[in-house]
Amino acid sequence: MNDDKLIPHLFRTEYRKIIAVLCKTFGLEHIEIAEDIASDTFLQASETWGIKGLPDNPAAWLTTVAKNKAKNYLKHNKILLDKIMPGIKYSAPQTEETIIDLSTENIRDSQLKMMFAVCHPCIATEAQIALALRVLCGFGIDEIASAFLTNKATINKRLVRAKDKLRREKISIELPLPDEINNRLDVVLRTLYLLYNEGYYTSQNENILRRELCYEAMRLTFSLIENEQTNLPQVNALFALMSFHASRFDARMNEKGEAVLYDEQDETLWDKKLIQQGEYFLQQSSRGKQLSKYHLEAGIAYWHTYKEDTKEKWENILQLYNQLLMLEYSPVIALNRTYALSKANSIDEAIAEAEKLQLTHNHLYHTLLGELYKNKNVQKAAFHFSEALQLAKTPEDKQLIQRKIDAL
Amino acid sequence: MKEFLFIYRRDVNNIPKGSPEEMQIETKRWMDWIGSIAAQNKLVNRGNRLEVGGKVVKGLSLVTDGPYAEIKESIGGYSIVKANTIEEACEMAKGCPVFSIGGTVEVREISVM
Repeated sequence: MNDDKLIPHLFRTEYRKIIAVLCKTFGLEHIEIAEDIASDTFLQASETWGIKGLPDNPAAWLTTVAKNKAKNYLKHNKILLDKIMPGIKYSAPQTEETIIDLSTENIRDSQLKMMFAVCHPCIATEAQIALALRVLCGFGIDEIASAFLTNKATINKRLVRAKDKLRREKISIELPLPDEINNRLDVVLRTLYLLYNEGYYTSQNENILRRELCYEAMRLTFSLIENEQTNLPQVNALFALMSFHASRFDARMNEKGEAVLYDEQDETLWDKKLIQQGEYFLQQSSRGKQLSKYHLEAGIAYWHTYKEDTKEKWENILQLYNQLLMLEYSPVIALNRTYALSKANSIDEAIAEAEKLQLTHNHLYHTLLGELYKNKNVQKAAFHFSEALQLAKTPEDKQLIQRKIDAL
Repeated sequence: MKEFLFIYRRDVNNIPKGSPEEMQIETKRWMDWIGSIAAQNKLVNRGNRLEVGGKVVKGLSLVTDGPYAEIKESIGGYSIVKANTIEEACEMAKGCPVFSIGGTVEVREISVM
């Protein structure tokens, strides 16, 4: 990594470590103090490194400076010091020297607990994702804004509201009790999956940041697997699902930045290592009795790692979609299920089923019907593709549909 | 939308004791059918199958096996769906695999207490 990339990367990884530890030490109500100390540290780093060059161990340099700033802050803020001292008085000899514990172990522990605090059910999902990117991933406000295709003011507002909520609800940084873990984990996993999808499904002309959202979601999910208490089947299933999808990163986009549909992808570009990783964690997820939607979606993604169309592949995919719909309805799952039906059973059956869905305002619905009719009734196919073209919103979608019309 | 209970009835003696492959095809038919209802966002609860044996409690001291000693068809399972009218619910029931073994679907509107 050259310096241009190293510094932002370092800022991101060190920022989130410092924030997590300081929040755990000070309490979440003082998250702004933690943020100030972290920002100050990086400001000092930019200034000093700009003049003197990079230190031998930049990460250690940042940790030391952050620690000193925190100690200084405590020295001048007796109220906060008095508040946090009693809480730690049994753990170690208490001086401000020892209370800022930036050991690897404490960082990991703090980050895990922070994840549950950020993904608290009382915070709106949108704000959870922004907050996760800021404090769990260490993204800058401008990075978050550009990842969401919005401006800094919007993101700032979202973050302020989320932090207010954390304070008002007096959310503490701790792991939920064992009998609450499953429920709380639902929200954490949902947020991580949304974060992943945010990066995966908006193919904004190969925006590098978007792929990083996926990697961050994977990193956070993996940190749940690393902890004994949160290493549960549904977490492994989600990680498997993310791995399978990530294996197609390089194949999903051509050199011009256009989306390449699954059928047209060059499977030699699929990342075999990530596929194997997915298989391993899918296997790990089959412990226990719980069948989450992540298990089913990971199963579907697993079968998609076989490019060749076989009866077995599509029959399995169809049954997984059937089960997924029984757990939770969504128009996209219903449409995908109908496509699988056309492959596993017959196109005629799929057409009859598709027409029952009545999702007439959805461009994907018309794209699917156009696709199903294309070798049966060209007129009907043309009608549905043109409906789809009218309903599609993004230039990418319009382009894909136009290609289908031209190919009729 | 209203909710409707589908009660699947069939003659226990008519249930084919097929090979594992045939059983698998039978399961697939049911899953595809329920999946189709779910795809229309009209499934409330996929329900369950019921074991063949059962008892009927008719009072403090009267418990009998049954009720199928006298009746040809007994309940094999149930699901809950949603629809605007009972006619629409019946239309959905028409694809049910239970007909292939001569069974029936009773469609009853659920009156919420």
